[in-house]
Amino acid sequence: MQELEQLVADAQQKIAQAGSLSDLDHVRVEYLGKKGLITAQLKQLGKLPAGERREAGQTINQAKQTINTDIEARKRLLETEALNTRLESERVDVTLPGRRIGSGGLHPVTRTIQRIESIFVQLGFDVAEGPEIEDDFHNFTALNIPEHHPARAMHDTFYFDDGTLLRTHTSPVQVRVMEQQPPPVRVIAPGRVYRCDSDLTHTPMFHQVEGLMVDTDVSFADLKGILDAFFKAFFEVDELPTRFRNSFFPFTEPSAETDIQCVHCEGDGCKVCSQTGWLEVMGCGMVHPNVLTMAGIDAEKYTGFAFGFGVERLAMLRYGIDDLRIFFDNDLRFLKQFS
Amino acid sequence: MKVSEQWLRELVDPSLTIETIAEKLTFAGVELDGIAAVCSDFSKVVVGQITAVEQHPDADRLKVCHVDVGGSESLQIVTNVASVASGQKVPVAMVGAQLPKADGSIFKIKKSRLRGVLSQGMFCGAETLGIDETSDTDLLPIPENAVPGADVRDVLLLNDSVLDLDITPNRADCLSMIGIAREVGVLTETDVTELIQTPVEAVHEDTLDVDIIATEACKRYAGRVIHGVNSQATTPDWMVRKLQRAGLRSLSAIVDITNFVLLELGQPLHAFDMHTLEGELQVRMAREGEQLQLLDGNTVALQTDSLVVADANGAQALAGIMGGLPTAVTDETESIFLESAYFTPESIAGKARSYGLHTDSSHRFERGVSPDLQVRAIERATQLILDICGGKPGKVTDLLCDAQLLVRRPIHLREQRISRLLGLEIPVSKVESILLRLGCEVSRIDAGWEVTPPVFRFDMVREVDLIEELARIHGYDKIPATLRKMTPRVVQPSETNLKLEVLHNVLTSRGYQEVINYSFVDEKTEKQLAPDVQPVKLANPISTELAVMRTTLWPGLLKNIVYNVKRQQSRVRVFETGLTFVKTAAGELVQRKKISGAITGAVVDPQWALPSTDVDFYDIKGDVEALLSEAVGNVFEFEAATHPGLHPGQSARICFGGEVIGWVGALHPRLEKDFELGQGVYLFELDVEPVSQQKLPAYTKISTYPATQRDLALLVEKNISYADIERVIKKSEIVQLVDYYLFDSYSGEGIPDGYKSLALSLIFQDVSRTLEETEITTGTNTLVTMLEQQTGAVLRN
Repeated sequence: MQELEQLVADAQQKIAQAGSLSDLDHVRVEYLGKKGLITAQLKQLGKLPAGERREAGQTINQAKQTINTDIEARKRLLETEALNTRLESERVDVTLPGRRIGSGGLHPVTRTIQRIESIFVQLGFDVAEGPEIEDDFHNFTALNIPEHHPARAMHDTFYFDDGTLLRTHTSPVQVRVMEQQPPPVRVIAPGRVYRCDSDLTHTPMFHQVEGLMVDTDVSFADLKGILDAFFKAFFEVDELPTRFRNSFFPFTEPSAETDIQCVHCEGDGCKVCSQTGWLEVMGCGMVHPNVLTMAGIDAEKYTGFAFGFGVERLAMLRYGIDDLRIFFDNDLRFLKQFS
Repeated sequence: MKVSEQWLRELVDPSLTIETIAEKLTFAGVELDGIAAVCSDFSKVVVGQITAVEQHPDADRLKVCHVDVGGSESLQIVTNVASVASGQKVPVAMVGAQLPKADGSIFKIKKSRLRGVLSQGMFCGAETLGIDETSDTDLLPIPENAVPGADVRDVLLLNDSVLDLDITPNRADCLSMIGIAREVGVLTETDVTELIQTPVEAVHEDTLDVDIIATEACKRYAGRVIHGVNSQATTPDWMVRKLQRAGLRSLSAIVDITNFVLLELGQPLHAFDMHTLEGELQVRMAREGEQLQLLDGNTVALQTDSLVVADANGAQALAGIMGGLPTAVTDETESIFLESAYFTPESIAGKARSYGLHTDSSHRFERGVSPDLQVRAIERATQLILDICGGKPGKVTDLLCDAQLLVRRPIHLREQRISRLLGLEIPVSKVESILLRLGCEVSRIDAGWEVTPPVFRFDMVREVDLIEELARIHGYDKIPATLRKMTPRVVQPSETNLKLEVLHNVLTSRGYQEVINYSFVDEKTEKQLAPDVQPVKLANPISTELAVMRTTLWPGLLKNIVYNVKRQQSRVRVFETGLTFVKTAAGELVQRKKISGAITGAVVDPQWALPSTDVDFYDIKGDVEALLSEAVGNVFEFEAATHPGLHPGQSARICFGGEVIGWVGALHPRLEKDFELGQGVYLFELDVEPVSQQKLPAYTKISTYPATQRDLALLVEKNISYADIERVIKKSEIVQLVDYYLFDSYSGEGIPDGYKSLALSLIFQDVSRTLEETEITTGTNTLVTMLEQQTGAVLRN
């Protein structure tokens, strides 16, 4: 028995000295393995007198148990230490920047068009597109602008040799929509338009959004309501006064220019609004009966309104851009401001 | 149109400020572009009369003047104006005068010494007083009868402002002082002074015969012969002033009078020198080959669609646009023939522009001159000529070709239609009073009115035109803003149509910045990138750099790269969507939407945790594949092919259903040099339509049995493409081969020259059971055999 006690004491010392899991495993094998010292003791039991076997067996098993418990405890300790060491070694500087692919962004005109579309979609409008090289009929004649009408001089038109032209406004899309779709119609048409004009405040290409609503009972009051709602939504201003002034467009009658209160000075007068407190932002009116008739719509039964406005103008007002031409320089230092 | 407040108030004088009047006009459709005082806000400038002029003792260029300014003592003023003379009347800024300058600062006149000589004031030119007049003299001219000491403001009627009004093409009736006055009268409910011109009696029988041949174009032609005019008479100050404030220069008395009547009544007049005309006048279309020297000195070859006034010698005036020089009134003219005609808008519209001309006359005729003005205008002009130039008038000849010209058809206006169109009820009495004030004849009929518009309102033709008049006079602000009730409608959102926004998002999330370029480009660049396509040319481009329509978006993207690289942005990733324009061999114009991108510089922005490498073909190809992956279910193929703009060894066309729908590749090194780019650029362009369609997802059962992987290392000849290998795999029809991928492509050490090694992983799986080892081996061997037979590939040892 003395021998067994010594064995346990030796094992415990070795366990305590085991510096790694593998060292510890060696100790386990040395004492508890198939050929281990404790296992050998158990094998010796058979040689004892029958009366002693039971007690000796219990004693050896207890020793085995003791060693096993100590090994497990040591193992947990070593594992914890190993994990702590690993964790310490794997510590990183979390303030270093992450790997970046970097994302780009949309052009402010596209961003503005998407915003405009999202508002009109809520108001029940569909989005349509049309060709940019247009025929004279859709760009002018069908919009009640016959050849040589002085209103044509208001459009500095780019022409092609075959008599086609670059659309001067998005209004031809309203004609194309009406030709294809019977009323009721609720549609907006954003897109590129072209005017033969280039200076500080004009670029030969810019963007417009055309809007059209035709139904049996559309009135000027509805036009005012829709535009009022649109501008408030676009500029995120609950109380944004709008005003309508009489004007002339061949394709609408009555026609109006729409002003909104200056969004920069709230009507006090500033450089943006030329001290007037108001910004001219849109042309609109009730669709001229000639336009409805030419598109094959009964002008007695149906009425409608149409409007059109410049996208860059709204983008400039919204983002505080003071130079129209910068939209088309495509300078990344400008574009990235809208990402 | 420029309108002097003083002149306007002579005709209509509501007790409102000019700003209020201008605002009312603006809201009613006659938009104010600007309002400006005729002079600056100066003070203490009076009329002075120079009584003596002496040379300055110490300065050659200075003169010392003694000036009577109405007080008991005369002033001594030193000036550098060379033209001063004794007896001359001049504007004098007295000591204490304040003269605002254009920059907003104020120049104060003080007693001073100029080279030792006392100066007690300053003479003023137009500019000093902020008067916008083109004057030939250094000093502002003062009328002879002005009294020394009188305030220059009163003498020159400078307490005036000028409205700049923007008259829309439909409102020709507002292109005159009486027109604007009429409009102000309606808007302010103020009476307008009627200009009554009693006919001037003829004192001789001479007339000039006029034959209107083009009766469709010239519907009325009034004329009058006036003998014995003094064409060198001086235009009175009041008329010069009115002309100037309307933006016209005084030229000579007769021309000034015709211009004045044009401004006052809106009727363009023309005066011929009677003695330069041969035989009778004809109003006809120009003849083939006819020429005319115009008043501006230019000789034009007349187009046969132009209306002219001709005599026996040929065309003498471009009717309604400009007179001819040979028959114009000169200082020697003694007899004149005054023309006051009605040319139809259709006959004049666009004609002036076709000669590169735009005149006050053509501007009015092409918008419509009232057909009831001709005789009235000629009488008014005659009276002014007699008053200013003297002369003996003959009788007015008035040819009216179309009796219907002065008759306006009544328009039926329905009461119910007003509220339906405007969304506003206007009381019946209000409707009637507005129409009457506008000069309409109004008679009430069942549920509406018969309305006959005045002859000068060309724009009032239909019922809606009347409703517009009601709305604008009553006030747009009275129309409510109502948000319509909407019937809910359910749109079936297409799940197979991809929105452009999805493609935008793919690219922006991969670092691309969207750009928008003009759709017209430089033809040279276009030709460099697409030499085989004939671009559509603009007939009137704004410059040669913007002369042809783009057939590809690449010219714009390359320009953006060059622009940004030059501005120290070496890593650029840009994309654009937009139409390209190509005319097919059959002459059909195709406007196709494309999505295109270009990249250059490093793969990623410089950073510590990723190596710095420049982009190559596989970067942009990965971006293209990401775009194509949105079109789930569609099969796109990349084929090596050459493109004139791309590196022949690094370019591929992208095919879908047998059609080429795009290109990807490296910019051709030759072009890289042409664009002065010192770094590689990679480009792609795709048709938007095929990549915006995807198949509706259809579920297939997921196998619950394990998949097994087998790796193959193949030795293949270099000219065998990966696509060749893929094609064999796809066609192999080994059902349990569910997936595969390339995990290495290598050539170099250990690989024979002319060969490369491709390493593939094959994934085998069955939906109903675990595969046996032998099945996988058989599958693999079958594929290897097929690859060997079809591509010559062999397994590497």
